[in-house]
Amino acid sequence: MCEVGEDYRAPAGQPPPRPGREQKCVKCKEGLPVVVIRAGDAFCRDCFKAFYVHKFRAVLGKNRLIFPGEKVLLAWSGGPSSSSMLWQVLEGLSRDSAKRLRFVPGVVYADEGAACGQSPEDRAETVAEAKLVLQSVGFPWHIVALEEVFSLPPSVLRCSAREPVGTEGAYKAAVDSFLQQQHALGEGQQSLPCPPRPPIRAGPPTAGQTEALSTLFSSVETLTAKEELLQTLRTHLILHVARTHGYSKVMMGDSCTRLAIKLMTSLALGRGAFLAWDTGFSDERHGDVVVVRPMREHTLKEVAFYNRLFAVPSVFTPAVDTKAPEKASIHRLMEAFILRLQAQFPSTVSTVYRTSEKLVKAPRDGCAAGTPGPRCLLCMCVLDVDTADSATAFGAQTSSQLPQTQPPVAQAEAPVSCCCTRMGGARHCCRTEEDPRARVIEQLCYGCRVNMKDLPSLDPLPPYILAEAQLRSQRAEAEQIQEYLLEDREDEDARPGES
Amino acid sequence: MPAPQCASCRKARAALRRPRSGQALCGTCFCAAFEAEVLHTVVAGRLLPPGAVVAVGASGGKDSTVLAHVLRELAPRLAISLHLVAVDEGIGGYRDAALAAVRRQAARWELPLTVVAYAELFGGWTMDAVARSTAGSGRSRSCCTFCGVLRRRALEEGARRVGATHVVTGHNADDMAETVLMNFLRGDAGRLARGGGLGSPGEGGALPRCRPLQLASQKEVVLYAHFRRLDYFSEECVYAPEAFRGHARELLKLLEAARPSAVLDLVHSAERLALAPAARPPPPGACSRCGALASRALCQACALLDGLNRGRPRLAIGKGRRGLDEEGSPREPQPSGPPASEPIPGF
Repeated sequence: MCEVGEDYRAPAGQPPPRPGREQKCVKCKEGLPVVVIRAGDAFCRDCFKAFYVHKFRAVLGKNRLIFPGEKVLLAWSGGPSSSSMLWQVLEGLSRDSAKRLRFVPGVVYADEGAACGQSPEDRAETVAEAKLVLQSVGFPWHIVALEEVFSLPPSVLRCSAREPVGTEGAYKAAVDSFLQQQHALGEGQQSLPCPPRPPIRAGPPTAGQTEALSTLFSSVETLTAKEELLQTLRTHLILHVARTHGYSKVMMGDSCTRLAIKLMTSLALGRGAFLAWDTGFSDERHGDVVVVRPMREHTLKEVAFYNRLFAVPSVFTPAVDTKAPEKASIHRLMEAFILRLQAQFPSTVSTVYRTSEKLVKAPRDGCAAGTPGPRCLLCMCVLDVDTADSATAFGAQTSSQLPQTQPPVAQAEAPVSCCCTRMGGARHCCRTEEDPRARVIEQLCYGCRVNMKDLPSLDPLPPYILAEAQLRSQRAEAEQIQEYLLEDREDEDARPGES
Repeated sequence: MPAPQCASCRKARAALRRPRSGQALCGTCFCAAFEAEVLHTVVAGRLLPPGAVVAVGASGGKDSTVLAHVLRELAPRLAISLHLVAVDEGIGGYRDAALAAVRRQAARWELPLTVVAYAELFGGWTMDAVARSTAGSGRSRSCCTFCGVLRRRALEEGARRVGATHVVTGHNADDMAETVLMNFLRGDAGRLARGGGLGSPGEGGALPRCRPLQLASQKEVVLYAHFRRLDYFSEECVYAPEAFRGHARELLKLLEAARPSAVLDLVHSAERLALAPAARPPPPGACSRCGALASRALCQACALLDGLNRGRPRLAIGKGRRGLDEEGSPREPQPSGPPASEPIPGF
């Protein structure tokens, strides 16, 4: 592959030699190898386990974001990567591991069966399987159904302020004080940070909610938009669970392969501005709850081998795109493309991953360095939509409007999105019947806007989204008229002379 | 069912639907809309100031033909003058036919034409010779790597010869989208950091370059050429199947089928990528041999030619430009620009 900086020494004709039976583990040089990862590195069972566990710890340790004693919510989907993550945390917290992990875990499992069109019996079966696994793990667990998004409060969409991130010194100080506390309390009391409480659940979802959810998902026209919507709702739900129960961090189990695919998919969806948040180690756009991705350096192949060798339990849950044809959605396309390219050029995934590490969380130069702008209603990233003057915004306009070749004729019929043609001026100029939709659309970032195009009506959306949209636009209107309001003299008593 | 009325003039029958918006327009209105959009791109981005002498990279292919035609229509309004610059890479059976198309266009539109040949500029190295030289070195020939770099140099040289102040090329939105996909797949952080804008302003003495067709989708370019009955050369370069860009192109076709706005979304993403300062290319200086813009002691063109002349064509490609006599800290060199598999002039 024409990779940047690639060495061309070896001619391409011969693939790397396959390890024969006589070969020993490349690490300890003694054990019999059981697995080959990367290109021809054969590992024996123990060395592989050590390598795998070390990677997990190294990612956590390098970033120093998880403070000891902190409550961390593990988002478990039942799939191999998140199950592996769960297992790593379990083993890492156990008493006999060297330098054990020091945070307080909880697990959340989101039951998305209604969105995927599963029958209630299948859903109950999957949930029962999940419960078995969760009970065996022993952390406090929460099983939430996706229908609960219909009872979320609008505050989920607000970015709460968080305490400033501790510096290097603060982290070390926190670790030291935690260790001192432990010594003081004595070893006996530190079996598990907290005993497994009975799970807190809102009760099974009502039929009405299930109905509403399936209406929402069947009204979405494309699979791409469905997947994006599902992801958004799931994130909000997990965020809500984390906030309600006091978790300050959420761990997602995205592996290296998945993140490479996610990066390319986000690029194709118009989310180039937010790649660092979508695929980086930590994602603090929600403010008080930080999402971390500790599995980001493990490839799917390694995860699969580990799960098999060490019998990590996982639960298969069908997703929205299970059994969908390859060309059905951008996500599927990108996955198929990257995996196919990976088969031909084995360094594809790691190259994309390395590039993703070079992305930074900054607005493109030219944007105001001071206060960040308004945030997207759905994905909570700072809006990346240009003012109407930019040439790219014009390109976007041409795809959605009548051409301005004959302005008098065009104006005669009610322009559907005339709010967008005004160059940055009053956004609430006209009250056409599209107004509620236009109001929501203009609070979204570019990527979310494109997704919303596949949603013909915004009514099936959960109420918290519409309520928050309403609130924000009212606030924006209030701000607009603020400069014209005359101040109310509150100190009238102090000036009796004036009337 | 008869075709609907044109949505714009409401008089003629619609002859096409615009790919992006699905609007039905007649031929004349579509061409007018296309030209208006290119005009807006140029004016809003302040790409070509009045009085500019513009060198149009003309390859005979559809993009540069449409570009030349549109700019010729808009030239009075923009107050610019045009020169066609064609580059002869010396690819037998392909480039000579394309050049014939360019000559016909120049004659028809009465635009001055300058042809710059690799053989003349680069010491006798034509692309066919380069391909033969790199053929034995393993994996792919990567002659597209050479072609891209050398063509840019040639275009710049041709522009200087005619006294141009700006260089324009016919890259369309699909090219930009493919480029960003390709750069991610190759891990080329330097190019990702540099690209995505509307063209480079021209630093260190290099002429400012821009791409007025940047927001036009490829389908619309073809439609415009069809409705204006433009005569262009539409075959693929003989070396195109080996280019890595083919993968990105295939992916883009699939993406577009899944979501029609994929091309525009990719361009939007590309504009807003934020890369770490360390990944950005160093501020450019001048090449010690030819004086052109370079981020190292030797510009890429000189480095590539050096490698060719020494019989080691891979010298300037890949990690560590060993053996080249240049000072300065060794950095990861970036093999050059997007190879083109269609006859569009290099950037």
